[in-house]
Amino acid sequence: MKLEILHELNAERAARRPVILVTDTESGEQRLVKAMDFAKDPLRAELDKQLRMGKSASVEAGGKKLFLNVYAPTAKLVIVGAVHISQALAPLARSLGYDVTVVDPRTAFASPERFPDIPLVAEWPDTALPPLNVDAYTAFVAVTHDPKIDDPALLHAFERNCFYIGALGSRKTHAKRGDRLRAQGAKESDIARIHAPIGLAIGAVSPSEIAVAIMAEITAVLRLPPKEKEEAA
Amino acid sequence: MLDRDEDILKAAEDWQKAGRGVALATVVETWGSAPRPAGSSLVINDEGTFLGSVSGGCVEGAVVTEAMDVIESGKPRMLEFGVADETAWNVGLSCGGTIRVFVEKVG
Repeated sequence: MKLEILHELNAERAARRPVILVTDTESGEQRLVKAMDFAKDPLRAELDKQLRMGKSASVEAGGKKLFLNVYAPTAKLVIVGAVHISQALAPLARSLGYDVTVVDPRTAFASPERFPDIPLVAEWPDTALPPLNVDAYTAFVAVTHDPKIDDPALLHAFERNCFYIGALGSRKTHAKRGDRLRAQGAKESDIARIHAPIGLAIGAVSPSEIAVAIMAEITAVLRLPPKEKEEAA
Repeated sequence: MLDRDEDILKAAEDWQKAGRGVALATVVETWGSAPRPAGSSLVINDEGTFLGSVSGGCVEGAVVTEAMDVIESGKPRMLEFGVADETAWNVGLSCGGTIRVFVEKVG
């Protein structure tokens, strides 16, 4: 591996930008493809698929044996609302490999007793969220039921282009939320990105079951190709 | 999605910059029940120090030996390890799988 490729690879990884290193395993020739350049790449279908699955693989293309080594950032989950659902959601998400942070300005909720070992930020979203570096490899859920907390958090998630945005509440609650967010300048396309009611429709009742429904939905958005994603949602 | 090989690629860069000969070994294909998935890697320097793993311990010794040659020659090499591969290598995977490992020089 050429030093400049290694250097660039490490820089992209540090910046949490997904890349795939393509190696011709016969000649040793290599090139690094950034996710933003996939669309114009001759291997785009393979690159898209492997990145979506987060899996490295050998493929044959143009008579060459190529190894696609996928470097995807660790996904983050930001949970706004240190509520009962979050107590089940945080450890579940962590077991699925997510870096989890819980944000809630209400210190009675965001307490280490309720969230052992989970990073907690007991601040309002405008203070808590910017240092978390919420990005396109972040799933974002707002579950406080309190518009004063959820709404600014959701606006931040839109701005950072999170791959998944979910918010707790019935269809009626969500319609009202849409009106409020619109009034604060949110685009229609942003509001349409919110998964609400949150989670796959599996008839979840308990907080733990709702957590499963949420993580199932996040997994579907992360792993499925766009068309199947629509069908699952 | 787990961020893997974090320190491995960093170590590869650091060792190379410190003037060491460095090779990188990466699992590129697996068949059967292989211990580590494709993309798992091992970095080796010319002192024989290594970080990471391509098999969870079964074949690392042989990979390190081969990597020394790759550092010397600069030519990449494909290694294959399997349970019935004892003629080529005196090591194998007790789990019954087969893996191919690409070994390349860094720099």
